[in-house]
Amino acid sequence: MAVATTPQEQARLKDPANFAPVIDLNDLSVTFGGRPILQNLRGELRGRAIGLLGPNGAGKTTLIHTLLGFHEPSSGTAHIFGRDITTDAKQIRSLIGYMPERDSFIAKMSAVRFVRLMAELSGLPSEAALERAHEALFYVGLGEARYRSLDTYSLGMKQLAKLAQAIVHGPRLIFLDEPTNGLDPPARQRMIKLVREIRDSGKANIVLSSHLLRDVEECCEEILILKEGRLAVYCNLEEERKSNRKFLLLETRGDQDKFVESVEKLGCEYAVTGDHRIKIVLQGGVDVRDLYRVASEHGLQIRRLSYKRDSLEDIFLKAMENGHGGL
Amino acid sequence: MAVYELTYKQFLGKLTPEWNRFMVIPRHAFRDVFKSKLFTAFFVFCFIPLLVETILIYLHHNVNALAILQVNVRELLPIDASFFMTFTSIQNGFAFFVTLLVGPPLVARDVRNNALPLYLCRPFSRAEYVLGKMAVLLILLSAMTWVPQLLLFAFQSYLQGASWFANNLSIAGAIFISSVVWIILLALLSLAISALVKWRVIASAALLGLFFIPSVFGEVVNQLFRTRWGSLVSINANMRNITLGLFGQFQQATTFVTDFDGEVATRIALHEPPLLVSWTVLFLISVICLALLSMKVKAYEVVR
Repeated sequence: MAVATTPQEQARLKDPANFAPVIDLNDLSVTFGGRPILQNLRGELRGRAIGLLGPNGAGKTTLIHTLLGFHEPSSGTAHIFGRDITTDAKQIRSLIGYMPERDSFIAKMSAVRFVRLMAELSGLPSEAALERAHEALFYVGLGEARYRSLDTYSLGMKQLAKLAQAIVHGPRLIFLDEPTNGLDPPARQRMIKLVREIRDSGKANIVLSSHLLRDVEECCEEILILKEGRLAVYCNLEEERKSNRKFLLLETRGDQDKFVESVEKLGCEYAVTGDHRIKIVLQGGVDVRDLYRVASEHGLQIRRLSYKRDSLEDIFLKAMENGHGGL
Repeated sequence: MAVYELTYKQFLGKLTPEWNRFMVIPRHAFRDVFKSKLFTAFFVFCFIPLLVETILIYLHHNVNALAILQVNVRELLPIDASFFMTFTSIQNGFAFFVTLLVGPPLVARDVRNNALPLYLCRPFSRAEYVLGKMAVLLILLSAMTWVPQLLLFAFQSYLQGASWFANNLSIAGAIFISSVVWIILLALLSLAISALVKWRVIASAALLGLFFIPSVFGEVVNQLFRTRWGSLVSINANMRNITLGLFGQFQQATTFVTDFDGEVATRIALHEPPLLVSWTVLFLISVICLALLSMKVKAYEVVR
C-alpha cells in the first residue's frame, strides 16, 4: 500500500481523479464538415502505456487532438483522469504533455530557451522552468546541444527536443504522436528506450500513436486499433502475453469447409487465413492427433503444422480484415 | 529529473497564477526584439521628441536658462492642449514604425513553424495567446507614447502649479485615450495581418499598405466629389479626427474650396464626418481584426 510522505502526495491520494481511468471514451464522435472522422468511440483505458494504432487516416491524430481540446466532439465526450474534455479542458491540459507529429517549434530560439518557455507556459516559475529545461534536455540526450538554435538541429534532434518540451513540466499523461517518424534505427532505439523509461518510472501514463507496430509492441501494454474512425480492436497486450495463448497454423490441401466444421464441433476456435492456411486454438481434451483424424475423414491433406503465438501484427491485420470491435 | 539523476520526475512545486501567465510571451519576446542593435537604436531615437518636449517645458519655467539662451518666453510654444497633442501625434507616428518592425513576425512565425499546438496544448487559451502577443506591442508602444507623455504632463503640472493641473486634467485624459486607442488598433491590425500572412516582409508591406493605400484612395474620393467623407476609409484620418476631438481641437469645417459659377466665385466649406462615425469605423476595424484572429489562431486548421 502506498504511504503518502509529502503533503502533495497526501493530496494526490485523497483526489478521486487519481483512481479514475486514464482515458474514458463515452460514445465520442467527431465530425468535420459533415464527414464523420471518429464514430462512437467507447471504452476505458487504464494502462501505463496505451498504443493507438491504425492505418493512415484512421483518426488517431484526431482522437489525440480531440482529447487535447483542439476539436469539439460532435457528440459524446471523453474523460481524462475523470475530468471532462469539454468542460475541464484547461485543467486537463495542465496534466498533459504533447509531442506533435509535425515539426513544431518557435523559430530562432535555442533549445533551452524553447523548452523553458514551454515550461513557463505550463505554469512553472521562471527559475524552476530554466532548471527543468536543462534537466529535460539532458534527460533526452540533448544536454551538449542545448544552447544551439533549433533551426540547426537534425530531424532526430528535433524529435528529442519535442519530447523534452512535452515532459519538461512533469505531466501525468503524455501524448506522443508518431515519435519515431523519420528517425534512423539508433535514434529510434533511443526514443523507444526513453518512452519505456518514462513508462517504467510509473509517474506518467503514455499514449503512443503510431502506424509502426514494432514501436507500439515494444512500449505499450494496451492497444486501441482504429479503422475508419471506429474502434476496431481493443487489446491488452500484457494479458495476451501473460496468457501465452498459442495456436496451430495448418497448411492444407483439399476441402477446408467440412474440416473446419468438424473442428468447430470439437470446440476449437479457428480462422481461415487464406492460401490454404487455417489457424486453430486447441481446447482442453483435443490434441493434434484428433486434427489428423478429422482431416483424414474429410480427405484433407495437412502439409504443414506449426505452433505460433498471436503477434501484434496478427491482431492488427485481423482488425483490418474484420469489422469493428469494442472494449 | 535532476541532470545527474536522469530520471523522469513530476513537478511538485507551486505553479504561477493563471491570470498573468500570458506575460510569459512578452518577457521572452522582448529578449528577441532588443537583440537587434538597429531596432534598439531606432527605439532610442523615438525618445528624442520627448527630450525636446521636456526641454521646452523646462525652459518655460526657468528664467535663468531663457536668459542664457537669450530667448523670450513668448517665442516658445505655449504649453497647452495643442502642445501636448502635437507631441502625442509625433510619438504615435513613431509607434506606427515600431509596430511595423515588431508586429508582423509575432504570430506569423508561430504559424509558419506550427508552434500554435505547443502553446495551446498547455493550460493556455487562445485568448491568452492573443493577449500575450498583443502585450508585446502594448507594453513597447505604451513606453514611448502615453507613459512618458503623462509623466511630462505631471512635470508641467509640478512646475506650473496645482491650479494648472486642475484646469487641464482633460489633456491627461486625451493623451491617455488617444494613445491607447491608437496602440490597441496598431496591435490588433498587425496581429491580424501576422496571422493571415506567414511571411514577415509581406506582412510588413501589407500593414504599410493598409495605412497608406486607403488614405490615398480616400483623398482621391474627397477631391473628386468635393467631400471629406472619403476620409472614412483612411485609418489615419479617422484617428486624426478622434485625437483632435479628444484634445478639443476638432472642427467639422476644416477645408474650403472655391467654386466658380460663371464669373462668381463661391467659397464652400467641406465638413468632416462626425466624430461618432470615426469612432464607429475604428471599432469595426477592431472587431474585424478580432474575428480574423479568432479564425486563424487555432492549434490546427481543419481542412474540409
